[in-house]
Amino acid sequence: MTSYVEATARERLARLFDAGSFQEFLPPSSRVVSPHLGQLNAPVAFDDGVAVGRALLDNRPVFVAAQEGGFMGGAVGEVHGAKLVGMLRRAILDAPDAVVLLLETGGVRLHEANAGLIAVSEVMRAVLDVRAAGIPVIALVGGANGCFGGMGIVARCTNAVVMSEEGRLAMSGPEVIETASGVEEFDARDRALVWRTTGGKHRYLLGDCQALVADSIDAFRAAAITQIETIASPALTLAALEQEQALLAARLDDFGHVREPYDLWRALGVPDPEALPLLEADAFVELVDSHRLEAR
Amino acid sequence: MEHLHYIFTGGTRTLARPADVVGVVGSGNLEVLIESIAQDGACSIAIDTAAVGFGAIWQAVMTDFHARWQLADARIAINDMGATPAVVSLRLDQAVETMLEDVKGTAP
Repeated sequence: MTSYVEATARERLARLFDAGSFQEFLPPSSRVVSPHLGQLNAPVAFDDGVAVGRALLDNRPVFVAAQEGGFMGGAVGEVHGAKLVGMLRRAILDAPDAVVLLLETGGVRLHEANAGLIAVSEVMRAVLDVRAAGIPVIALVGGANGCFGGMGIVARCTNAVVMSEEGRLAMSGPEVIETASGVEEFDARDRALVWRTTGGKHRYLLGDCQALVADSIDAFRAAAITQIETIASPALTLAALEQEQALLAARLDDFGHVREPYDLWRALGVPDPEALPLLEADAFVELVDSHRLEAR
Repeated sequence: MEHLHYIFTGGTRTLARPADVVGVVGSGNLEVLIESIAQDGACSIAIDTAAVGFGAIWQAVMTDFHARWQLADARIAINDMGATPAVVSLRLDQAVETMLEDVKGTAP
């Protein structure tokens, strides 16, 4: 078992997909680097923090991307975003069985400001275009940097999100909330609080992710295969959107006033919520499966 | 940022694969892009580092590296964010060892 959270983006690609099957578009040797970082006298990466390409997953052709959290927190700059969009558009032409996104990112790379923001919105549109073409898109979230900002929205634009407990998924990150609203609102240094408000287990209970797995590349691989086999109609429909809207409205009504995730889990009927953070992934899923909100 | 460039000649060992990258451009770390490219037998090393003023140490670490591996027709490019000399040496060794393995289909 190899830890997902400890692996680099390239190690994840090499081990999660069929051995030796990853073929990269615009590899590091192409040297397509950020045009902005150099002007700011900041270091660049030869892949601008993301590897994109095609691979096989259990012998199925898939298109893939993996963000490197170690380079500027996986943040999306102009080139990084353009690589994601290019891969997604190429997927529509080549019609693979699925697109698998290994997301680890703080969102927009602030150094690249507007270019990064535009890039993220283009990624969202491209993900929805891929789905409209009948190709399922799966997001895997299990890196130390989590999946935040605009890329958090991208994750929720996919057909399915697979997370580990270590993974985090949200819009604003803990430090951003604390800076904007004060430490009384959210103490970003309280790691247990951060994980029980944004971590994989909370997201699974709320229905924001479709599978919760152990921190292992093999577990993410197996869950990605299962999700691809499960998704019957990848395209967005008006009915599904209205259903989700109703679910989210009901969720806000039921839990909008709750200040503490433990109380929310208790309200869902989970026995002994304080024990949940200590459970292994399989035991956790078995215990909570009948209590979680089915968002989709 | 500081840019450094070194060229070593007289190497004899050529690389088995076209190109690979190891490491990540993060704090105290670096990425090494290594390519097998004909350049009259030379081994060239281009470094972009965020830590300014350590040219003498880079020179020593690169000279050691060339003495260890004696690479020929190799082009190495480094993006560095303040890695220590030991980390730089390990990454360079990792890059060469990766390129000497006869693995098919790995990136890039």
